[in-house]
This record gives sequence, C-alpha cells and structure tokens, in this order.
Amino acid sequence: MAEPLLVVEDLSLHYRTEAGILRALDSVSFELGRGEAVVLLGESGCGKSSLAKALLRLLPRNVAHHSGRVLLDGTDIMALSDERFRRDIRWNRISIVMQAAMNALNPVVKVGEQVAEPLLVHAGWKRAAAAEKAAQALARVGVAADFMDRYPFELSGGMRQRVVLAMALITEPALVILDEPTSALDLLTQAGIMNVLKRIKWETGTSFILITHDVGTSSELVDHVALMYAGQIVETSPARDFFREPAHPYGRALMASVPRLHDRADPVHIEGNPPNLLDPPEGCRFAARCAQRFAPCDREPPFARLAGGRRALCWLFDEGGRE
Amino acid sequence: MNEQVHPASASAQALLTVRDLRTWFTLRKWGFLHAGTVHAVDGVSFDLARGEAVAIVGESGCGKSTLVRTLLGLDRPTEGEIVIEGESLGTMDAAALRRLRATVGYVQQDPYGALPPFMSISKILAEPLRIHGVSDRRERDRRIRAALEEVGLTPPDEFLEKFPHMLSGGQQQRVVIARALILEPALIVADEPVSMLDASVSVGILRLLRRIQHERALTLVFITHDLSTVRHFANRVFVMYAGRFVETGAVDDLLDTPQHPYTQALLAAIADPDPDNAGRERPVPGGEPPSLVRPPPGCRFHPRCPQVMAGLCDREEPPAFEPRRGQTSWCWLHR
Repeated sequence: MAEPLLVVEDLSLHYRTEAGILRALDSVSFELGRGEAVVLLGESGCGKSSLAKALLRLLPRNVAHHSGRVLLDGTDIMALSDERFRRDIRWNRISIVMQAAMNALNPVVKVGEQVAEPLLVHAGWKRAAAAEKAAQALARVGVAADFMDRYPFELSGGMRQRVVLAMALITEPALVILDEPTSALDLLTQAGIMNVLKRIKWETGTSFILITHDVGTSSELVDHVALMYAGQIVETSPARDFFREPAHPYGRALMASVPRLHDRADPVHIEGNPPNLLDPPEGCRFAARCAQRFAPCDREPPFARLAGGRRALCWLFDEGGRE
Repeated sequence: MNEQVHPASASAQALLTVRDLRTWFTLRKWGFLHAGTVHAVDGVSFDLARGEAVAIVGESGCGKSTLVRTLLGLDRPTEGEIVIEGESLGTMDAAALRRLRATVGYVQQDPYGALPPFMSISKILAEPLRIHGVSDRRERDRRIRAALEEVGLTPPDEFLEKFPHMLSGGQQQRVVIARALILEPALIVADEPVSMLDASVSVGILRLLRRIQHERALTLVFITHDLSTVRHFANRVFVMYAGRFVETGAVDDLLDTPQHPYTQALLAAIADPDPDNAGRERPVPGGEPPSLVRPPPGCRFHPRCPQVMAGLCDREEPPAFEPRRGQTSWCWLHR
C-alpha cells in the first residue's frame, strides 16, 4: 500500500483554563491517503476544530500539554522549527479555510489581491504572475475575473466563501482543511460550494479534511469518516460503511438524530449532554448516554479493529469486554 | 387554463389573516436622499387557523424574517392588512399592541443573544409577567416554575438562579421558549429556532415545540431554511422567494410533489446522508437571489429558472395556480 499523505498518531492537546485543565484532544490517531477526503464529524466541543488548529500549529497560548506525531509524507511536522513550519508547511503544503473565514476578508483590499496574497507571502511570487494565478484560482471556484477588482462587501456570502476557498487553493497545497465551510450559507449556496469542492477533488487530487457537525453535507465529499466525541476519535470507517450503518453506538445515535427529507419516521434526539472535558469520566466517555452500556464501559475502551478496515473505541467489539 | 384560486380565503376560525402585505424599507443616502426602496415583503396573503403549524421556508434575504417581524408588530407594514383574533394590527393603539404582544410569543434564532446575560433565569421569566400586570409574587413564581417544567428544565430549582451563560445552547433555547410561553399566547413565532444548535440537540427542541403546540392547541409559525425538518414539525409550508410566496401547500404534498421550479431546486439541493452523494454533482440553479431594491420583472425566479419561458416569465407576473388540490404555485408552467 502506498504511504499515506498524512498520519496522525496519538495526538493530545490540553488547555490551561481558570477552571482547570481542559482535555480538548486525547490520543487522536487517523490516516489520510493522497487525493482522499476525510470528515472529522462531531458536535460542538468535541475537539474537531482544536484538531485542525493543532495540525497547522495555530495554537493559543494556554496550551498545557501537546504531544503526538503528525507525519506529512513521512516527515514529522510537529518536530520542525516554527520558522521551517511557517515557510515550508503552512499554506504551501497544508492550507485551511477557517470557520466563518468569509467574514474575515480584509474589507479594504480588493478580492484579487487577497487571493494572491499567499503566493506573495508564502511562496515569494512576483506580483503580476501572482495576479494571473489568482484569476485562475478564482475561475476554478466559479468566480468570474471581473470580481478581482471588487471589495469583499460587494460580494454575497456564497461568493466570499468561494474567494476564501480560492485563497486556500492558490498555492496548490497537498492538503486543505475545511472547517465548517458551508454552515453559515443557504441551501442552494451550500450545494454550489460542495459541487466546487467535488470537482477540485476529482480534477486536482487534492486531499481534504472536512470538519463539520452536518452528517448530510459530509457525505457529499468524503471517502472516510472519523467520528469524534468528547475529545476522542470514537470510530474510523470508510464513508460507504459509515453512512449505511455506523459501528459505534454514538454514531448510530447521531445518524438517528438526522432528519431526512423523505423519511416519515421522526428523528430521535440523544438524551443528556457530552461530558465536561475538565473532568472526563475514566471509562467510555459516551457510556452515560449509551443504550448499550454494560459492565466493562467503566473502564477505558479499546480502539477495536472491525472487518473492512473499520475501528471503534468501544467494548462491544472487543472479546475481553464480553467476558 | 387551470382554475385560478385566491390563495387565502377568509375562514371563520382564522386566528390570523394577512392580506396583500407589503413591508418596504427606504434606503437613504447621507441620511436624507432617497436611494431606493427594499421590497422585503411584497404582496403576501394567507390565513392561519387555530392550532396550525406552518413553516415559512426560504433563503437569506427572501423576506421571511421581515414577514414575521411585521406579524409581531416590530416592523410597520407599508400596505396591506394583518388581522389577529379579529383585530386589525394597522388600527391598533399602543395599548392594543401591548395586548398583541401577550398573544404572540417570539422564539429568537440565537438563544444566547436573546437572553440578557446579567439576569438570572427567574428574572428573565418574571419580566413579561410583570410587564403584563401579574403583580402577585407567588403567582409569578408558580408560573415561572410551571414554564420551566413544561420546557423540560427540571427540577426548576436547579435553573432559577442560574445565568444564561451557565446553560448549554439547548437549555438556553428552552429558556427562550419558556419566556415565549409564559403569557400563554395563542400564536408562537419561531425564527430559525435550531439553526445555531447541534443536530442531536435541535431535534429535542423541535419536538418540544411540537409537543407544546399540540398540548396547548397553539398556532405555530416557524421560519427555517432547512426543508428536511419541516415534515416533522409543520402541517403546511409556505415557500418564499424575493419577497413573495412561490408555493404553498400541505407539508407532505409540497415535499413529495413540489410544483414550483424553485421548490424543486431547494429539495434537490438537500443532502441526506448517503455514500453515493460524493460521486455526483448536485443540480443547482445558477446565479443568486435578486436585489429586493429592483426585483426582476415578471416571475422573480425567472433569471435562474431552468424552465423559463422567454416572453412570458420575464414579462408577466405569474398569478396563483392550483396544479394539485390544496397546493398553490405561482408559476406560468401550470397555465
């Protein structure tokens, strides 16, 4: 098997807060192949955005503990100096579309200049060549060249999101991280953006990490699902298997809570709340809300291997749990 | 030509009647020069019966929020008539408007923004009671506890003295609903009540609204851009585009056999979780919703419509047609 583009091993990230140590991520591991897309699927506070920021080393000052390895093409990018990471990795190899980035465009700089900026800052391009490349990047996401000379306030939300996407793609990175890229947009605009992303994935072989709580939208793009709950990855599965039937009980409950257009059965909501990450339970973190809870769940569950390359952090799939 | 219908015929039991409502805003340049008119709501008529649950569906800027703000008396209508419980909103004096606000409960989109951060839950819920003349402290206390129980924040003692930031998003939205209910309104208007919440939480909120609506035989108007939830929470759907209704109908009919090309486009854009989605592009009409300052002539969807008929759709405004019984569509295709 070819070497994966990205390997994340045992990544942990804890923050220091006034109330104590917040365990945002605990021993997170997953892999991503070239030209593939994975979704980090989970609800608010599960750690999915922290994971994105950790991959790009865009961390706040109150980090209490940060460990693990992130291999990009076999190189541990966690071990690089800040300067080398900034020069070689961020934006050149991995770029990100932050949540609500379309509202963070500079209001007094023309669209074309903003799209070209990563080339000028991170790749040392000349202005004229960068402008030409910006026009191409904008065309790729469906924005006409005459938008180059406009200011962000003259554009609709959907257009601004496309501009932000063009910025992330202009350096032709191997990996683009998309943090809730469509969550603030209208339905038709969302579908249009997802179409753009699909086409880019098919045509350029760019890899994507999609971060979202929206199960339906994630099924539009991804090959793999990494399901997150309370700072941990609780299931990794091929998309084809996950969207038919998740393995982890949380995945099953999450799927049952999604309303479907032509389904007359009511969606079912998940009782209770996720645990407090200042003081997570010792055993399975989903146990308190799990319909299939049994005795072993008080202990830390194993990341059990299932058929078809699936894994689930759950005692149900472990021989030891049944004894 | 099909029979043309009047989309809303007056009914004896109507709680709310809206006739040819227009809410326009004037744009000013330098504070006084007329710079155009935003036709946010531009000719909308409907009736709501007591106990009905209606979803108003449309994209940002279609006028759906202005429509409910007008119903709530927060924006003044430019033209047209709103009659609530037999009384016309246009002729109401200040005292009548205050009574109206007691008959209509409002559930805002962003619960955290809707709750004053410096007030405890008990104070937040006491305020409407005090304003509307419930002066007995014990009576207020009783009703506050009853409201918290009704929205599932139990035991009430655990929540009374908390402040909004100490609650989860779902719990905050339950407080907003409790506040909307506490004056026992006949009508609840909910503006995207779950768009800020996670899926597993939002289902609980929508079910709560539906349960309250059934138990109290309330009329519920809820605004959403998410068509996949409406079947579970509404009897009827109004689809809005550029200030007007383009299609109305019973929820199952509208979702299963949409008639208007815009409704069809919205439904086709919804991604139910399905592994096959990743392998195909979704049909999306090009362009963007029109300016409400200078809406296009004829049908307002014609510049984006895949089935546009030149010479007709771009010139003549489509009247209401009833291509299927009980389903009204403003589209020339049905002529």
